[in-house]
Amino acid sequence: MTSERPTTLLAELTHRCPLHCPYCSNPLDLVRAEKEISTEDWKRVITEARALGVLQLGLSGGEPLVRKDTEELAAHARGLGLYSTLVTSGLGLTRQRAEKFKEAGLEHIQISLQDADDDNAERIAGVRSVKQKRAAAALVRELGFAFTVNVVLHRANLDRIQQIIDLASEMGADRVELANTQYYGWGLVNRDALMPTREQVDRAFEIAERAKQAHRGGMQILFVLPDYYEKYPKACYGGWGKVYLVVTPDGKVLPCHGATNITTLEYPNVREHSMEWIWQQSPLFEAFRGDSWMKSPCSTCERKCVDFGGCRCQAFALTGDAAMADPICTLSPHHHLIESALAEANATTPFVYRKLSSEPQPA
Amino acid sequence: MLTATSVPSLWRLARVEYDDVRKRPVLLYPEGAVLLNDTGAAILKLVDGQRSVGDIARALSAQYNGAGSADPTEILNDVTAYLSTLAARELIRD
Repeated sequence: MTSERPTTLLAELTHRCPLHCPYCSNPLDLVRAEKEISTEDWKRVITEARALGVLQLGLSGGEPLVRKDTEELAAHARGLGLYSTLVTSGLGLTRQRAEKFKEAGLEHIQISLQDADDDNAERIAGVRSVKQKRAAAALVRELGFAFTVNVVLHRANLDRIQQIIDLASEMGADRVELANTQYYGWGLVNRDALMPTREQVDRAFEIAERAKQAHRGGMQILFVLPDYYEKYPKACYGGWGKVYLVVTPDGKVLPCHGATNITTLEYPNVREHSMEWIWQQSPLFEAFRGDSWMKSPCSTCERKCVDFGGCRCQAFALTGDAAMADPICTLSPHHHLIESALAEANATTPFVYRKLSSEPQPA
Repeated sequence: MLTATSVPSLWRLARVEYDDVRKRPVLLYPEGAVLLNDTGAAILKLVDGQRSVGDIARALSAQYNGAGSADPTEILNDVTAYLSTLAARELIRD
């Protein structure tokens, strides 16, 4: 049992997506359309999440516009007082659908860009997409939605961070989120190709800091460092099962979107359980709450209340044990894995593109 | 840092909602939420892009007058500090 209340629900409505980005945060084992839960299931999930205390809803994917009921779900969420974000590639956002979202009371749309260089953007996305994204961005502005441009950063676009910020500003974004790739799932498969150099990261950080000052009071700029270059791990979503919930296209409920990578856990499903039981009592959500699960060095570390041992998914992916310290931490006995990954990063490694039922090579 | 003559407005992406689960007002904005107390909510209710920080403090003083002990200078300092904290997070613009 927990006394915490979640604030945020990420609804992964579908894993279907016209893009093939090699750092996709979806799992390698993508859910097929026929396994997706129904509109009524989603409405119940959103209603139950609000009753638990959720205030923020991300309508995400895959590409959430692939589903035909996304507007209906946005209207349902607004009726409950939620602040909703459509997290989209922009592909499929026609005028007709954008107007329906406006009527539904959707407040915020986030469009992903892959790069400021058009050819490279389409190489990263694995598909022609730039023109459609620009048109979608113009619609979002015209209809007055709150507008965020989201860019996943990595070796192949980090040097154009200034141009990316300029492009977001030209598009009229209220916010630009510049988040370095996280290396789970597809990102881990493609780690050698995506990992930036220390010099790239330092330069990008400086540019982002300068841009934050320059745009202060206007476009908000968020810059997230790659954790491989940090000294301590991130407090992933404020700790396991504390504020954040993810529901996958087939109804699994997770404490973070990467949790299905921890193959030793069992995932509760909204088809079988209420959101309340899942949040309060399911073994999955209880697994890494508090600190009794921690091992050395976390268990005696004064930072255990700051970063909660870092990311469980990353610990599992790199050490095979989800209860280990996140190897990002310089105090972790597995930190050498991070150092060797940085040494192996290589611009000539080809991308493994995200797609359904592909058999990615292990990293 | 805001001053008495600053004219604050709420970021156009943010709105105040009453959370009937937590039984308190909340400030919602993209991918974030600030739980408000009643005083915070009363201040934000007066933020309209027209009133200055000083106007807001005076309006609050008038509301509290019935309650007795509120010192106008103290209220102005509190309102300035509160809105400056939100301005540092770019939730309040001036």
